[in-house]
Amino acid sequence: MESVLLAVLGVLALAGGVLVFRCDSMARATFALLLSLCCVGGVVALLGLPYLGVVTVLMMIMEMVVMAVFMVAYMMNPAGLMPMSMLHNRRGSLAVGAGVFAALVIAVFLVPWPARRGGPPPDTTVQVGRALMGGQMLTMIVLGFVLLATMVGATVLATRRGRYDRFGDALDRRTPRDPVGGGVGR
Amino acid sequence: MTETAAWWSLLAAPALLLAGAVLAVAGDALLAARAAGRPATVRTALRPLLEVPRLLAAQPRRLPAADRLLWRLGVVTVPVAAVLSALVIPFGGTAVADLPVGVVWFNAMEVLTWAGLWLAGWGPNAAFSLIGGYRFVAQGLAYELPLMFALLSAATAAESLRVGDIAQAQHGLWFAVWMPLAFAVYLAGVLAFSFLGPFRYPAGEDVAAGVLGETSGVDRLLLEAGRWLWLTSGAAMAVPLFLGGGAGPGLPGWAWSTLKTLAVLAVLVWVLRRMPVVRADRYVEFAWVVLVPLTLVQVLVPALVVLGR
Repeated sequence: MESVLLAVLGVLALAGGVLVFRCDSMARATFALLLSLCCVGGVVALLGLPYLGVVTVLMMIMEMVVMAVFMVAYMMNPAGLMPMSMLHNRRGSLAVGAGVFAALVIAVFLVPWPARRGGPPPDTTVQVGRALMGGQMLTMIVLGFVLLATMVGATVLATRRGRYDRFGDALDRRTPRDPVGGGVGR
Repeated sequence: MTETAAWWSLLAAPALLLAGAVLAVAGDALLAARAAGRPATVRTALRPLLEVPRLLAAQPRRLPAADRLLWRLGVVTVPVAAVLSALVIPFGGTAVADLPVGVVWFNAMEVLTWAGLWLAGWGPNAAFSLIGGYRFVAQGLAYELPLMFALLSAATAAESLRVGDIAQAQHGLWFAVWMPLAFAVYLAGVLAFSFLGPFRYPAGEDVAAGVLGETSGVDRLLLEAGRWLWLTSGAAMAVPLFLGGGAGPGLPGWAWSTLKTLAVLAVLVWVLRRMPVVRADRYVEFAWVVLVPLTLVQVLVPALVVLGR
């Protein structure tokens, strides 16, 4: 039963991935990708990691909705009213794709897989938490800072207005001069 | 311990949710009648239900170059996600599926509404509808983080993501009592993901009902049902998260669950008529500058309590 469900989810994930490149409309491409990623989340949940699976689905939905906004904003033909292709550098990407696929398949057969010792824990969520907040604590903190710095940096680079525009050249303006008033009375 | 219910609960849970939603709609109609000075009778309460046969029989509206697949998908997603979210909510001592990650499941289903409403706005190929869809995404970016922290504070205090465990962990002292901020933020989140009352901005009157504007017939019915189903589901989830679940003196668990859910629902319906619409660009600043720090501190409180236990 579980292996049938796994196979169905796997095939659906692949089909979604193919659809991303077959759709003309950016909205459709984005939501085909969402379908694919949700199936991956389902696979993870079926493999015995319900927390990671459901969180993957949760984050991917939010991410893909935000991505749809940007795809529609920046692609040349967002509504798919005219045919367009998402494929670039066909030969190169075909070679890279085939190479990576072949390497992964060979690796599957060459790697000496360890035999299972002991049984799976009753609650894998606790185990994930211990791994992230114990052994991998430093990795997670560094990753968190890198992500935060990237986001702040990208926002700073993207906004034209800085603090001198808002608070004056001497930074002595009490209330900032903003084009749109905010919600906390500034 | 919350137990998993029999197979027929899979049919009973959506029916109960629907009954709650119908009660909420009737209550809303009564409050509207009272505000307008009309007599509040049974007929007034049942009047909105006449929309159901009218919408079922209505001729669907056709629009040029609409993306019908995505539109349909989005419209169906909203009520379906509301029903799916209710599967993890314990009713007395039983839930349809008491998942070990129930809180995350509820949150994921709620986020599914983002996709549904954006698609419902995108699909019809109409400006106001599209604006409505984008408005919901903007609103989502504002309400989601405080809501997540509110859910987290309940989960942290109970040291479990299982909704049944969270209800059990409140023996004697409800989380709503010692985490009132998380409770208030959660209730605001419920109004926001059902885009009702102060958060009806995506379906605002100023953009000709926005995301609802171009829908007609069954589509309109599904979206409208979706918002009230979400309101009911959110109210029902507040009970195990913050109000002690089915625990209470005298009555059996299911009766307490029903009573508490109806009480929360009544408060929400009363509030949604008394508040003006909040623009997403104003709410996003309030949410990020005020609510996110406050809810972070709120999560810290149960974390310290759990550490000191």
